[in-house]
Amino acid sequence: MVAGGLLFAALGKDPFVAIRTIFWDPLFGDFASYTRPQLLIKAGPLILIATGLSFGFRAGIWNIGAEGQYVLGAITGAAVGLAVYPSESRLIFPLMVVAGALGGFAWAMIPALLKVRFGTNEILVSLMLVYVATNLLAWAALGPLQNPEGRGFPGSRNLSQWSASANPELIAGTGMHWGVVTAFAAVIAAYVLLARHSFGFNVRLAGQAPRAAAFAGVNPSRLVVACMGLSGALAGVAGLFEVTGPAGQISIDFNVGYGFTAIIVAFLGRLHPIGILLAGLLMALTYIGGEIAQTQLGLPAAAIQMFQGMLLFFLLAMDLLVQFRLRWKARAIEVPRTVIPQASPAGEAR
Amino acid sequence: MDPILLLASLMVASTPILLASLGELVVERSGVLNLGVEGMMITGAITGFAAGVATNSALLGFVGAAAGGAALSLLFAVLVLWLRSNQVATGLALTLFGLGVAALVGQSYNGIRAPAMPDFRIPLLADIPVLGPILFRHDLVVYLGLALVAGVWWFLNRSRAGLTLRAVGENHDAAHALGYKVLRLRLLAILFGGACAGLGGAYLSLVRVPQWTEGVTAGAGWIALAIVVFASWRPLRLLLGAWLFGGISYLQLNLQAADVRLGFSLFGSRWELPADLQTLLFASAPYLVTILVLVLISSGKGRAALAAPGSLGQPFHASR
Amino acid sequence: MKDVLLAIRGLTKTYPGVVANSDVSFDVKAGSVHALLGENGAGKSTLVKTIYGLVRPDAGSMTLAGQPYAPAEPRAARAAGVAMVFQHFSLFDALSVAENIALGMEGPPPMRDLAARITQVSRDYGLPLDPHRTVGDLSAGERQRVEIIRCLLQSPRLLIMDEPTSVLTPQEVEILFRTLRRLREEGLAILYISHKLEEIRALCEEATILRLGKVVATCDPRATSARQMAEMMVGGTLRIPTRAPSPGGETALEVQGLSASSPRLHGTSLKGVTFSVSKGEVLGIGGVAGNGQDELLLALSGEMRVAPGMVRLKGEPIGRCRPSDRRARGLLCAPEERNGHASAPDMSLIENAFLTGKVREGLARNGFVSWAGARDFAERIIKDFDVRTPGPQVAARALSGGNLQKFVIGREILQRPEVLVVNQPTWGVDAAAAAAIRQALLDLAANGAAVVVVSQDLDELMEISDRFAALNEGRLSAARPARGLTVEEIGLMLGGAHGMEVAHVH
Repeated sequence: MVAGGLLFAALGKDPFVAIRTIFWDPLFGDFASYTRPQLLIKAGPLILIATGLSFGFRAGIWNIGAEGQYVLGAITGAAVGLAVYPSESRLIFPLMVVAGALGGFAWAMIPALLKVRFGTNEILVSLMLVYVATNLLAWAALGPLQNPEGRGFPGSRNLSQWSASANPELIAGTGMHWGVVTAFAAVIAAYVLLARHSFGFNVRLAGQAPRAAAFAGVNPSRLVVACMGLSGALAGVAGLFEVTGPAGQISIDFNVGYGFTAIIVAFLGRLHPIGILLAGLLMALTYIGGEIAQTQLGLPAAAIQMFQGMLLFFLLAMDLLVQFRLRWKARAIEVPRTVIPQASPAGEAR
Repeated sequence: MDPILLLASLMVASTPILLASLGELVVERSGVLNLGVEGMMITGAITGFAAGVATNSALLGFVGAAAGGAALSLLFAVLVLWLRSNQVATGLALTLFGLGVAALVGQSYNGIRAPAMPDFRIPLLADIPVLGPILFRHDLVVYLGLALVAGVWWFLNRSRAGLTLRAVGENHDAAHALGYKVLRLRLLAILFGGACAGLGGAYLSLVRVPQWTEGVTAGAGWIALAIVVFASWRPLRLLLGAWLFGGISYLQLNLQAADVRLGFSLFGSRWELPADLQTLLFASAPYLVTILVLVLISSGKGRAALAAPGSLGQPFHASR
Repeated sequence: MKDVLLAIRGLTKTYPGVVANSDVSFDVKAGSVHALLGENGAGKSTLVKTIYGLVRPDAGSMTLAGQPYAPAEPRAARAAGVAMVFQHFSLFDALSVAENIALGMEGPPPMRDLAARITQVSRDYGLPLDPHRTVGDLSAGERQRVEIIRCLLQSPRLLIMDEPTSVLTPQEVEILFRTLRRLREEGLAILYISHKLEEIRALCEEATILRLGKVVATCDPRATSARQMAEMMVGGTLRIPTRAPSPGGETALEVQGLSASSPRLHGTSLKGVTFSVSKGEVLGIGGVAGNGQDELLLALSGEMRVAPGMVRLKGEPIGRCRPSDRRARGLLCAPEERNGHASAPDMSLIENAFLTGKVREGLARNGFVSWAGARDFAERIIKDFDVRTPGPQVAARALSGGNLQKFVIGREILQRPEVLVVNQPTWGVDAAAAAAIRQALLDLAANGAAVVVVSQDLDELMEISDRFAALNEGRLSAARPARGLTVEEIGLMLGGAHGMEVAHVH
């Protein structure tokens, strides 16, 4: 935060005002009644996607393409809904959610299956697919999903204004919509999975000691598919909730980088569900605060992006300092005579 | 399309990813995986552009780009080498950070034209028919890219320092036991990688586009990473890979501009791909081809894995 | 009287929480082989690293040929004429022999000249080696030659050898010893680190014995019995396990024509491995590390899947079964690498108990883990196998090697296996823990389980096996009754494919 202040100062803004604008005003400032709901609206998709990603990241499976899965979930979900327009069945919204999940899942399966079958690097493949997904989005917004009554403007019908597909604010003035509910549910489910379930144990084991995981009987291929699929489905659902709620329609600029920011959120939350919840809220706060700062102080939007990157750097550096201290303590417990050879890579120990 | 012009343009189009992937190749040969290429490229793109505009010299712009890329990679080096943070996470953070830095700095450069980069015709050689226009009528950075390929090849395979670098990447514990300075070598490799990525980025903003647009790299850094895998960590195959990808992205743009229609004729009736699907296909082609190539490489029964440096991506703990 | 080459005075090195070397002093004379003896953790490695410039001492001094000697880095040590042959970690698999050697030299000559010199020196000292081969493809013995030749090309005055024979067949050891004796005659001083007492008695004329970082004795190994030296090393008398006679039970595990390529780079493929073990029997599988031991264990544990009929448990083909399925059927394994393979270092002992105990101890229901059950199981292991730890919540990495090994072996034994396969069960473990582990394995067999022990330690195998077989380059010899085997016979079983060197010896 100090570095952030310096950054803002370097841009010629009063650092204290800037930080207050970003972290305080969204919640308690003059326009808080408008900005407060935004907090949950922005945090919802971040938390949802980051929770999914955290499983893979723990297991050393790097799905970097959540942004693409998010877009695909929105497209497939919206497509299913628009296919039956203007029916008013109550089944439509749940069906769209399932379609969104499947869309994200399928998009994530491409890198997952390529990794399992051919050993292809999932980082690069999932990332390449983000660019493909962005192209798909542009195609969908201008082509098959374009609003026939939209006078040729790019973009689909407004899904949030069609009651069968709308994902409305559930409690007025909170920003709470189905996506946010799902995000909270995902956090709780993730917590239980990690702490109490064999799947969570296998994920942690595979990340910390891959050979021990193989020895324990964890099937690495199945783990890749499960982790990628889970994160893809959650990202897809997040996209669906976004397109039916806050965004309202499929448009060229529908994706705003939630899929990438969620990576920061996942790490900032130390891959722990509760941490991710808090990190998601914090990140959402910087988004909203950043917008306010942009209009009130003329602080460039990119400064916020940079600030978020800086947060991640500090966390990565801090993690290590904490680890150092833990090692220090752990070593004190060790029986002295075996410490040296075991701890030294070039020693007697193998 | 004129094939001579096509090949000449291919040389130009491939230069950014060639430079960036060459830097990353050296970094990976030293045993470090820096996924921040995209971030370093775009940082180089903007610092290079800024320096170029300030000095009104494209060449000085490239100097600024190398410095910018290296400065960002220094951050990565400190985190990864001394604080031993996770290389994958740190590399990603570097990309996100770099994109932010570039967008921030770039705000005041929107709409400005870059200083012109003169072509440098190599005397005599440039007048050779066919080969002359293809190889010898480019700007200096194109030549620099080629010279660097040769230089890196020589460095890795013929020089003592290159042997040491490979040794460090292969087995850092053994290299340390022999008394080599693992961290210092890796720092230098990372800085070189950052500088190269910066040059590659600046080539986009100063020569290819040539003006500043946000997100000018558009995934080129990631493609550069893929090319390193494609090349099995060998400089000469890297050149091949860069040309291949340069060719695809160049063709893709030209086919789109030329309004070529894909289709086929069957029994006299012609079927054509709808225009919007064709746009989608062309725009996605570089990324789809990258995926295809990655699959082909990795399915080649462990060959890619065989060539990967032994210590790639692992943190090094000096013996305590 | 020979001249003192290296004099060590009062060397002390402390690490956080432990004294590695405390006031160590001794002399190494030119033209002699000096043994440095001690158990794992006695401080040998730290001392040697200090001499080689990898570790800087907190106190004390050294002189080399009368001159003060305090190398800041290995480069300085090499410049002063000190060379070292490492036990592990000093070769680069992907590079050629010549490149590896160039890396260990100051100002090496151009590659072509270097290759010629390598060929020449290797011929002079009877250590055949092709400078252009890739090191990853060499056998353990050949890899060691690379290191030795790398040292010899520097014309050193002092040669340090860290556990040089742990990876060699008896025949290869003979070749090495002849080379070392020849070097000694040329006036070289050799500091020879080992815990193999018979070797030291055959080769060295002086020995310094370390225990817990201190020099506890010096002796002339030619005039001291192995048992006396062992007692000085350990500081007490050893407890030798007793072997109960084995009943000829029915076949529990049968391996038939097991062939599989190694999942690892530069690994050894298994070629037609065939053996069987009966209930109540201990089968010892000897062999130098890297001859397919790890692969055999992977094939038996289920981490590497093979054709169904290649592995049969109680007659049923299980070659394609996954690890947890094999556990459910009663085949349990304990791999060699306890940190990271048999256990997850950063996880608690409770979690590590769950790691393999999940199936047979019923520690999960519908996928949900019973952490209370896992804690009970971990506590039982700790109690029954005397694992020294503050409690089951401690991370595995905080345990000493011997204690973690007892935990890992105990975890499998307490699950009442019908067949137990262990790889290097006492590697890097102190003598008391090793004896306890061997006894536990024997007790298990006495209770009717079939036990397969894969080990490099021939003494250990002779002590506990009913039958003995040897792995060599992925092939397993026919099993023979252990009683009555001579060292010569064992050596020939182990060195099956090293025909040339065997011919060399006689």
